[in-house]
Amino acid sequence: MCDTCGCNVTPGNEHLVRAGGPHEHTEDGRAAVTVLKSLLTENDHQAAHNREHFDEHGVLAINLMSSPGAGKTSLLESTIAAVRHEVRIAVVEGDLETENDAWRIRAQGVEAVQIATGSACHLDAHMVHDALHHLDLSGVDILFIENVGNLVCPAGFDLGQHRNVTLLSVPEGDDKPAKYPVMFRGADLVLLTKTDLLAYLTEFSPARAEHHLRHLANAAPFLTISTRGADGIEPWLDWLRGELQQQRQRVRLGETVRPEIQPDGVRLHAGGQGHTHQHHHHHHAHGHGG
Amino acid sequence: MHELSICLALLDQVQVIAREHRATRVERIVLRIGPLSGIESSLLGTAYPLAAAGTIAADAALEIEPAPVRIQCPECGAETETTPNRLACGQCGSIGTKLLSGDELLLAHLELAVADPDDRR
Repeated sequence: MCDTCGCNVTPGNEHLVRAGGPHEHTEDGRAAVTVLKSLLTENDHQAAHNREHFDEHGVLAINLMSSPGAGKTSLLESTIAAVRHEVRIAVVEGDLETENDAWRIRAQGVEAVQIATGSACHLDAHMVHDALHHLDLSGVDILFIENVGNLVCPAGFDLGQHRNVTLLSVPEGDDKPAKYPVMFRGADLVLLTKTDLLAYLTEFSPARAEHHLRHLANAAPFLTISTRGADGIEPWLDWLRGELQQQRQRVRLGETVRPEIQPDGVRLHAGGQGHTHQHHHHHHAHGHGG
Repeated sequence: MHELSICLALLDQVQVIAREHRATRVERIVLRIGPLSGIESSLLGTAYPLAAAGTIAADAALEIEPAPVRIQCPECGAETETTPNRLACGQCGSIGTKLLSGDELLLAHLELAVADPDDRR
């Protein structure tokens, strides 16, 4: 339907439409079809379905992303321990191999489903959907989806989450947001982790890391935490409680929310079906034969 | 490094459209890809023949139009062409800019060889 009203025509692609329009055919008789459809349409459709599923169960879904070893699983362990009596948590774990992270979560008394992606470098909406079949969401307040440790690929795939949280650990260096703009641009919250190591890695400047983040035109909160040092994780827990409260209110009102920055396909309403193919008359280079 | 899975998604879409148009062959595929999509165009070009082998689009020419990163500032109105990690306004420095272009990952255009409806009579 978006193709009917033209709302998927953006300043970036309008020249494709204007150049002869969608009904064009080429000189040598081929049918020319203007499509203007995201390559991730299938994934985005499944992601929308996942999001509906979360909302039906009143669950806040959070996509946790970072490089390998930035502290995603440690953060989850500390979070579960801290809010055990106030919030019910479930976890979907994505890794190339092993069920190690799921066992760490289960040891905290929380349900966890492990997705072993094999060689896939990211989770997609279909993998998360399959995992949901093994997870009872009734009574769950927050579902964490711990993505594959990778600052590149996970950023491109909507899973149906409400919020993206990206971790940056001190040992990685403060220029990571400048090096991986796609990932950090899409974050609704950036957590600077392992701040207890700032005492040893004095070249790391939290202010510089935040500066790089702001230069991606991202105004998301930038919070410093440490699961081991004096900083603790209280700022993160406060953010989480606030988000949970907002999700509960949205569910009451029948509303939903998506991460602030959407992959291109979603911005173009790729959930809409079909593509432009009004008609495709074509010339015949060859004779019509009797 | 998920260019191969993007190629497979592309081929799914192309094959559906080719069927709808009763195409006999896909001749040309035009994509529009911006750097903020996270997809590396050259890798996509390398992965394409592997993914397309044996399909109706096996011999299609794959063309990838790069989409420049362009931002607009709601504060001062400036429109700037920039790089993926400099998205604050080039004029006034505001970080409230809007992305006009640069995160595209689009199947823009297809050219198909189609069976002649007159011939089918």
